[in-house]
Amino acid sequence: MLELRHVGFETDDNKEILRDVSLTVQDRFVAITGPNGGGKSTLAKVIAGIYQPTSGQILLDGVDITHLSITERANLGLSYAFQQPVRFKGLRVKDLLSLAAGKNTSVNEACSYLSEVGLCARDYVDRELNDSLSGGELKRIEIAMVLARGTKLSIFDEPEAGIDLWSFQNLIRVFEKMYEQTRGSILIISHQERILNIADKIVVIKNGQVEKEGARADILPALLGSADAGSPACSVLADKVEGVRK
Amino acid sequence: MIDAIEQNLLREVADLDSLPVGAYNIRANGQLAGRNTTANIDIVTKDDKPGIDIYIRPFTKNESVHIPVILSQTGLTDLVYNDFHIGEGADVTIIAGCGIHNCGGGNAQHDGIHTFYLAKNAKLRYVEKHYGEGDGRGKQVMNPTTIVHLAEGAQMEMETTQIAGIDDTLRKTSGDLAEGASLVIHEKIMTTGDQHAVTDFDVDLNGEGCSANVVSRSVAKDVSKQEFISHINGNCACAGHSECDAIIMDHASVIASPALTANSVDASLIHEAAIGKIAGEQLIKLMTLGLTEKEAEDQIVNGFLK
Repeated sequence: MLELRHVGFETDDNKEILRDVSLTVQDRFVAITGPNGGGKSTLAKVIAGIYQPTSGQILLDGVDITHLSITERANLGLSYAFQQPVRFKGLRVKDLLSLAAGKNTSVNEACSYLSEVGLCARDYVDRELNDSLSGGELKRIEIAMVLARGTKLSIFDEPEAGIDLWSFQNLIRVFEKMYEQTRGSILIISHQERILNIADKIVVIKNGQVEKEGARADILPALLGSADAGSPACSVLADKVEGVRK
Repeated sequence: MIDAIEQNLLREVADLDSLPVGAYNIRANGQLAGRNTTANIDIVTKDDKPGIDIYIRPFTKNESVHIPVILSQTGLTDLVYNDFHIGEGADVTIIAGCGIHNCGGGNAQHDGIHTFYLAKNAKLRYVEKHYGEGDGRGKQVMNPTTIVHLAEGAQMEMETTQIAGIDDTLRKTSGDLAEGASLVIHEKIMTTGDQHAVTDFDVDLNGEGCSANVVSRSVAKDVSKQEFISHINGNCACAGHSECDAIIMDHASVIASPALTANSVDASLIHEAAIGKIAGEQLIKLMTLGLTEKEAEDQIVNGFLK
């Protein structure tokens, strides 16, 4: 279980990005949503250890990880799929899957992870993660790396971005299968109604604070309702939802 | 004749655990330490200066030649001229390499001057690896010179690697290409400590439709210094491309000076040069996979030079 207690984060120039964020993640799927610029990605980075919170506490299964490094948190069972995947000249897809799995992954194992995310595996295992891969391909490989890790907490920052042609149903199936294998929690930052639809719990982050949180049934109708009503608070979400409906 | 130190050098520079299959010439401490010729490949010692001539018959296919050089005596300077004559239509691999083990106080130096003559439609893969070791105060110095003459339709691919232990190096490579010839060079260099490496390419594209592609990847660590110089001269309808991609670390210094000269309106020439540190997001990504910062750095550097 992940627990955030009154977490705050300010940039070096004293701009407050997160304020007094408290939440627990122990459900199967937890979705974080809210307007752009509201602090969602920053929150994911604070959980992963990329940013150190300027106040508050973070606990993973009761262990205080507030001041642990990225590496230490990763080794305690935390995975993080970037919104913008990173390219590496010279490192191959198979190399990164091996690093993610913590062992030398066989071609068959690498292929099975890639197949899960809808890539024709044999074409990819020996490809370098360089400019020759498209954004969508990199995004799927990023998700495959989290699959290879199989940790108790997996964080995905807008996993649907850039993979438009891949059906949402497949992405959702990946999350469901991941849960079956890890029995851990999956934290997904997303604007997509179809992803919010599978969440057990939805957290709305706005202006660096938790605006609402609760079971999907309690949160989603109001979110969609306010989006339909054109509330400025959810105007960004409304755009995204409209995009899906079209 | 070959002791354990020399065996290790052979393994490093030529991946050899035992005598190679096919033609070979092993030079140890300035002396001939082993030679084998085949029906299609002859190796002859020069009589006017140190070195050998290697003759590969026309249309020889799928054969290889190993010509490692190893130095394990301190204070020795070894200068050698090797000429390679690749016959028409041949398709062969040549594996050269130089390993120095210097545990004494004097410098150990090997200057190899390799000249390649590729006849019409000959195809050559040339692999060259330079390696130094030793804990003495003396320096390991290598100054390889490679000169290639490609006749009509000839193709040469050169892979040159210097990853460890060479204190000072000036690597000069020059080439001239006739009609339809192709030259591809992949260079990998890593310098550490206060090492100094200069690499200098000069390619003349003389024949219609010929092409050259020079790709250098390097990593400069500690206080080492590197300089990449390339001149590609397009004298006709031809294609030339050079790429220098360097990772700079610590307090190292890297100079990249790619130059292009077009003497024909139909010459298509491109150069790319990039020098930068390891991107922070690359380190962070690998750390989220459980690697320490140092392990992440090693993976990035090794992958870059692979």
